[in-house]
Amino acid sequence: MWRFIGLRTLQAIPVIFIVISVTFFLVRAAPGGPFDDEKAVSPQVRAALEAQYRLDLPMHEQYLTYLSDLLQGDLGPSFNYPGRSVNELIFQGLPITAELGFYALLVAVGIGVLAGVIASLRPNTAQDYVPMSLAMVGICMPSFLLGPMLVLIFGIWLDWLPVSGWGNSQGDKILPSITLGAMYAAYIARLSRSGMLEVMSQDYLRTARAKGLPERVVVVKHALRAGLLPVVSYLGPAFAGLLSGSFVVETIFQIPGLGRFYVQAAFNRDYTMILGTTTFLATLIVVFNLLSDFVAAWLNPRLRYQFSNKQ
Amino acid sequence: MTEVNAPVPRLTEAMPKGVSLWQDAWVRLRKNKLAMAGLGILLLVIVLCILAPWIMPYGYEEQDLALGATPPSSAHWLGTDTFGRDMLTRVVYGGRVSLAVGIIATAVALLVGVTYGACAGYLGGRVDAVMMRLVDIFYALPFMIFIILLMVVFGRNLLLLFLAIGAVEWLTMARIVRGQVQSVRQQEYVEAAISLGLSPATIIFKHVIPNVLGPIIVYATLTIPQVMLLEAFLSFLGLGIQPPMSSWGLLISYGVETMEEYPWLLIYPGLALALTLFALNFFGDGLRDALDPKASKD
Repeated sequence: MWRFIGLRTLQAIPVIFIVISVTFFLVRAAPGGPFDDEKAVSPQVRAALEAQYRLDLPMHEQYLTYLSDLLQGDLGPSFNYPGRSVNELIFQGLPITAELGFYALLVAVGIGVLAGVIASLRPNTAQDYVPMSLAMVGICMPSFLLGPMLVLIFGIWLDWLPVSGWGNSQGDKILPSITLGAMYAAYIARLSRSGMLEVMSQDYLRTARAKGLPERVVVVKHALRAGLLPVVSYLGPAFAGLLSGSFVVETIFQIPGLGRFYVQAAFNRDYTMILGTTTFLATLIVVFNLLSDFVAAWLNPRLRYQFSNKQ
Repeated sequence: MTEVNAPVPRLTEAMPKGVSLWQDAWVRLRKNKLAMAGLGILLLVIVLCILAPWIMPYGYEEQDLALGATPPSSAHWLGTDTFGRDMLTRVVYGGRVSLAVGIIATAVALLVGVTYGACAGYLGGRVDAVMMRLVDIFYALPFMIFIILLMVVFGRNLLLLFLAIGAVEWLTMARIVRGQVQSVRQQEYVEAAISLGLSPATIIFKHVIPNVLGPIIVYATLTIPQVMLLEAFLSFLGLGIQPPMSSWGLLISYGVETMEEYPWLLIYPGLALALTLFALNFFGDGLRDALDPKASKD
């Protein structure tokens, strides 16, 4: 297990490094500087600004300073919000996005696993077809369509829930969480159904039944653990998806989270903000992929043996 | 996406009167009602989109400011938008762009992924190890964020959109093709080709790839809806297709702005996108079951 963790972590480091470098040079390669829009800027002011953001240094020095700042956890100042650092902006938005992501994940795993397991208990009956057709609808309904539709139905026509905001009025967290989680609930339902079906036909479950265990114990204690493995492996990629999904959901519901900052930074060409947020989000995603690999390996010993033999 | 464990394609040429793999698959596909319904919807959408300039009663940019936004009526089946433009026409023209992005970006992914995967799988050994490790590293990169970055940095241009989306989707394709090629490489006809002194490139493109076409087609069909979703996602954020061009994602984002007063401007483009994605997914699933009966459903 430790060998697995060590090797996997070593693999993740170059990935993070590539992400940071590619982002840095992409942003620097962008045509037009960040201060081009401000027509009234005199050459002196411009030079001062460039010096302040270290744009006057040669490229490789900028890169090295950026890396060394990064190692100390400093993502630099924001172009667009003078006097504020990227760190500040990220940590202002992060708790909100994290909360949204947490609720969405709750929706996704809760509804997804429940639907998948229910479907798998009686395959090829109505109990299977109904949740699985709903899952297909969930997969084909992107969040930017589902969100506005939910707002239209529950927020405007029925007037049950607030149409936007986060933590300002009662129940305003419900629609964004469902919007963000729905598609992942659908995938998780499909994954857990097929995982459970595969496990259900195995010998050790027949043994468990033969011992006279009640069906509930067979399903919950014996089948779930193995049957939900694919779901655990999927949580890493799902986390990445939730993060980018938050861009859209936060825009629709006007939630002041990290995702909306990122999209706004993209429109404002706030390069340091884009660079900092990309680095931050990318690292987060790589770390979460790593964690979901660890959990999957912990649950399934075969995975880690396969890994150590391959090396 | 799961590993596709297709059986090695059957020896079809050896059986002159036998049923070919493709005929066999077609028979199985025809029995699958959902897949056929999907195919039907798809064909309808594609024909509508291709013929749009000739069969649509209104022009794409034809405004009727006096009319303004009206709900669906007999003159405008899907209503009109705030400029009095016919929504049916706009949805169909949006579909042209959405479908084109889906198909072209998938083609890019196909070209890169198949070539890369086939080379890795055929050459094997150290070359394969290095090539696939590279894929592993790319896999771990958060591409969604990179695509947004690319669109921001280099401006929102259509060609770049194709390239960026294609660059994301080729990875899974490369993995699938590599696995398939590895199993085909051991076959006698490949050995025969080697002993005839054919070059590796000829063997890969003439003998190996045609024999792993099944899984490639299946995966390509399932990639198109993913690509269309990605395009719609970017267009919705304002980072994808730019006006005056239009796509379903862009129409949806316009629809959201006015959904309180004119909900049909949101509902119809959304319905068009969801229905097409639905059809593509069902058709792809059916195709997988037909071409590759052993592959699992998820």
